[in-house]
Amino acid sequence: MNIIVLIKQVPNTSEVKLDPKTGNLIREGVETIINPDDLHALETAVTLKETYGGTITVLTMGPPQAMDALSEAIGMGADKAILLSDRAFSGADTWATSYTLGKAIQHIGDYDLILAGRQAIDGDTAQVGPQVADFLGLPQVTYVFDIEAVTTDYVVVKRRLEDGYERIQCSLPALLTVIPGAKHPRYPLVSRLLLACREKAPIKIWNAADIRVTTAEIGLDGSLTQVIRTFAPKFERQGEFLEGSTSGMVQNLIARFKENKLI
Amino acid sequence: MAIWVEVDLCDGCRRCTRACPYDAMEMKDGKARIGDRCTSCGACMDACRNKAILTDAKPRTIPDFSNHKGVWVFAEQRGGQLNRVSVELLGKAQELAKELNHKVAAVLIGDQVSGLAKTLIQFGADTVYLAENTILRDYRTEAYACVLQELVAAHKPNIMLIGATHIGRDLAPRVSRRVGSGLTADCTELSIDSAEGILLQTRPAFGGNVMATIANRFSRPQMATVRPGVMEVIPTPDKEGTVVTHVTQLTDEQIGTKILEIVKEPKTHVDLAEAKVIVAGGRGVNDAAGFELLSDLAAALGAELAGTRVAFEEGWIPASRQVGQTGVTVRPDLYVACGVSGAIQHRAGMMDSKFIVAINKDPYAPIFKVADWGIVGDLFDVVPELTKQLQAACQVMCD
Repeated sequence: MNIIVLIKQVPNTSEVKLDPKTGNLIREGVETIINPDDLHALETAVTLKETYGGTITVLTMGPPQAMDALSEAIGMGADKAILLSDRAFSGADTWATSYTLGKAIQHIGDYDLILAGRQAIDGDTAQVGPQVADFLGLPQVTYVFDIEAVTTDYVVVKRRLEDGYERIQCSLPALLTVIPGAKHPRYPLVSRLLLACREKAPIKIWNAADIRVTTAEIGLDGSLTQVIRTFAPKFERQGEFLEGSTSGMVQNLIARFKENKLI
Repeated sequence: MAIWVEVDLCDGCRRCTRACPYDAMEMKDGKARIGDRCTSCGACMDACRNKAILTDAKPRTIPDFSNHKGVWVFAEQRGGQLNRVSVELLGKAQELAKELNHKVAAVLIGDQVSGLAKTLIQFGADTVYLAENTILRDYRTEAYACVLQELVAAHKPNIMLIGATHIGRDLAPRVSRRVGSGLTADCTELSIDSAEGILLQTRPAFGGNVMATIANRFSRPQMATVRPGVMEVIPTPDKEGTVVTHVTQLTDEQIGTKILEIVKEPKTHVDLAEAKVIVAGGRGVNDAAGFELLSDLAAALGAELAGTRVAFEEGWIPASRQVGQTGVTVRPDLYVACGVSGAIQHRAGMMDSKFIVAINKDPYAPIFKVADWGIVGDLFDVVPELTKQLQAACQVMCD
């Protein structure tokens, strides 16, 4: 079974803070990590490979430093990795990103299954997976937390719902996005990390020309949505003491909840 | 394509550094300089008074979309039960449609769901596009995406809103790719830009540390998913609407997935770090019996139960529910601290909550300094009263 895993290198958002004066993100000194959901996609891929054999190709789009994420993925058990890196890719929204990844996957060619994390913690959109699936004309299942069965023609997976789950049979090839499941993602092996650092490491870098895309279709120019403005969310405390009888104070409190759409 | 600063024209006013959404503008020797993070978006060019920032990129032309009319809402139903978020979206759709002088439409897909059309009209839909078929009984990505694509092609809506539920977040990106439209996820605010007549979509990014406003100038419909519970329901009980039946061309062979089983599970406790509402107790709760009161309040609020280090050490809560420096860091929308003094170690774990309520006997407890709303009183009176009134309020809303 040949598996492609889509991963993203992200800033560890729990460490991202805003500069209180400028309202800009302070990115210096923030460590980058493999997006947490993507680690589960990698773990799922490696587990499947252990049972069914095949190869795992990891694909990411990002700046040159995203190479670190690919090395870590190889450390976890991926066979090959591809970094899509080109200044022309920058500023892409999910539309342009899914197009770029889709073209790269077509360029890779041979696959039975594409795995991705449900969403990345820096954007939280959960859009790229389904958009890649649609670009490639593949069936998709999102929010997958368990793969029950694998045959040459289909997989049976569990998809998380708000109030339970669905068991879905999905024909192959397909794209699945995964959420954390029962198994904790494994740590990379040192021996495999060394493999990723060698001169002949199985990591390739592709630019726009390699995957046959034009600049009008990718990056900011190929995007349909644009960020017009960013600003810091308001965190000012109201600091209001409610007064009156117990029931009166509680009444006021519930009114505040309603005003702020908390209930 | 590139963008650059004409250094001689730059007066170092820093307007561009503030305007850059990507934090790519740096100041060096009193002049602006463009850093690696630049995506050539042009926000700095608009901000510059001296026209010191230049580009060789040609402006993209915005196509004429004047024939795209209507604000659409995807009416999510499962097993014939309408999801509340769809009704909330109809509320917002009414506002947006009024500003644009457009009509509101709901798209209802399923099998034997026509009974829901009336509800959709009573909450704001002028038109309900109804697609019924046995193969549409359960939600399946490709099937529902196909129906929406057919409807969009036939009626050319201007805006399409979808709830950011597990179904909505699966469906919306699929439809967006198919109809060739940009999509913004998990919006918390939507408005119409009066000058351009476009939809301004505001959403949190970077784990809620930043808010971003996004526009979709180059494609229609302008698509957005919206978080449940954010928009207000606007009932329109006397509204007369029309139901337009749509017959889909879809066949079962075109769909790659089969639903084998749908399993309902009793709500399991979520990870505290992801909880939207948290009720927490500290030393003032006194004992495990006191936590029963908090547990009732948590049930009434749909909240998770948590506590301070003391509450954990006393065995009132498990370690996984301890909030603070040595426990979990949380950032819910609402944090209700009962009998919590608010030691710095505890505050460190809950300061980023959107709204904080403090209930404490001691008016000088430090927790009040970080609270939005404080109630000075005995939690054994206040908490049961709050539970009671919340249950009553919920009853009214559910009726």
